[in-house]
Amino acid sequence: MLETTALPRKATLPPPLDTRYQVETPEGIDLPLRPAGLMVRALAFSIDLGLRGLILGVLFIVLAFLGKLGAGLGSILLFGVSWWYMVLFEVLNQGRSPGKQWMGLRVVHDDGTPIGWSASLIRNLLRFVDMLPFGYFLGAISCLQHPHFKRLGDLAAGTLVIYREQPLTRPQLPDAQPRRPAFALTLPEQRAVLGFAERQGELSEARSHELASILAQPLQVPAPRAVAELNAIARGLLGPA
Amino acid sequence: MKQSLFENRHKAEWARFSLMLEQLERGKEASGIASFPKDYRRLCQQLALAQERGYSSFLIDSLQQQVLRGHQQLYRHRSRLGANILSFILAGFPRLVREQWRFVLAAGLMFFGSLIGFALLVYLFPDLVYNLIPAEQVSEMQSMYDPVAGHLGRSAERAASEDWVMFGYYIMHNIGIAFQTFASGLLFGLGSAFFLLFNGLMIGAVAGHLTHIGFGQTFWSFVIGHGAFELSAIALAGAAGLQLGWALIAPGRLPRAEALRLAARKSVLLICGVMLFLLIAAFIEAYWSSMTAPAPTTKYLVGAVLWLLVATYLLFAGRTRHAPE
Repeated sequence: MLETTALPRKATLPPPLDTRYQVETPEGIDLPLRPAGLMVRALAFSIDLGLRGLILGVLFIVLAFLGKLGAGLGSILLFGVSWWYMVLFEVLNQGRSPGKQWMGLRVVHDDGTPIGWSASLIRNLLRFVDMLPFGYFLGAISCLQHPHFKRLGDLAAGTLVIYREQPLTRPQLPDAQPRRPAFALTLPEQRAVLGFAERQGELSEARSHELASILAQPLQVPAPRAVAELNAIARGLLGPA
Repeated sequence: MKQSLFENRHKAEWARFSLMLEQLERGKEASGIASFPKDYRRLCQQLALAQERGYSSFLIDSLQQQVLRGHQQLYRHRSRLGANILSFILAGFPRLVREQWRFVLAAGLMFFGSLIGFALLVYLFPDLVYNLIPAEQVSEMQSMYDPVAGHLGRSAERAASEDWVMFGYYIMHNIGIAFQTFASGLLFGLGSAFFLLFNGLMIGAVAGHLTHIGFGQTFWSFVIGHGAFELSAIALAGAAGLQLGWALIAPGRLPRAEALRLAARKSVLLICGVMLFLLIAAFIEAYWSSMTAPAPTTKYLVGAVLWLLVATYLLFAGRTRHAPE
């Protein structure tokens, strides 16, 4: 049964059933972040690992021509690349190592601000413990049981690996004559109707008919006309172009 | 107000804001930067309005993205490491070490206690060394410090380039050990305790054994100089690790995760100091300790001065406030 009585306009939307992490800013805005799970992070790490191997391989070949000096520089480089690669990229490149950049991830503090030196140093030094006793065992367990997929280093540093926001493209609303709905819509209903109109480009025709026909009865239109009716209401809500 | 009217009214403003964001994200000096906080707060208000009025997901999501990007530009954590290195070296680090004296004392006792204790034991009962170190490694160690074989098993005087090799090697090896000692403290402090005791026993065994067979002169004159920085750095790294572990064992009134986060922020500063110590140690080890020209007496003297320097620095530096802070 659809609820047709209007909720008070102040009613907040129910929390979405997903892994979103809400950051409340000092302005009183809730910013949703999307923490990244184990799989995509493992892929990002593998890319970084491969890249580091490549860098070291090339450098060692070059340094081999330098003899003794090269060997000394080589040790320093090995140290630098194995312990500092992640820290430098994360701090200087907006929380993105090349692997994370590739997989569309970034590291931020718990409060959504860009990661700084000390947090990055902590989370990357403690990577050593995450790798114990073999192959990221502790890190994977911690990551799988934590609601925001934090490994031990993230817990200690207070950081979060999230999906980077991708630029949005404006969806094309289907053409329709604007129309006022037969009854007052609640806020979630209004959002749902607008969402239906905005996402219609991604849905097959049959699916949008199926979805719209659920509402045919409360809208008091025959089922085949429900899609057009919803689009018209969405246009009406949106206002003149 | 209908959504399209709302969008039309603020479109120009949003475009300007996003331009400014792009400039800021690329680290450029953006024009009109002074109004950025005001613009950001206006955007926050518009987002709140859009949510309140049930506007479409596209509008709300894109406003949310802009706010998030603005948030990341406006609220940055002040980095306490990069900005004031000098005051950290002059005062901050020794102050921190004294503030954490309990952990430093515990780590120091574990490390130096096991080192000195086992060195004495091996000196008195020489066979003990083979319980800890395999025989072939012991003989390798012996040939390295053999007084007859010139210096450290190599040709009499090392070339400058050889010093470079060892400098690089020491940095990698020692700082790696310090990092491990620190990080494994997360396992309720057990890892740090293990590495402290293990390294203490190993170094103690070598020292006791070499002294017993009469190579004491070459060994002690080699290690005393850089040991001041290197050994105290390992102990401090262990102290930082113990601090992490203790935050998990006894978090006090905070939740464990929060206690760990606070402890980690302090201990990472200790680790920065440790890195500095180890860089100095690697430098001394590669360029001074390996020299054969100075007489052992000179080396002992310099070594004693260095130990005194480290102790004075950690105990007394930063007790009074000075201008550079």
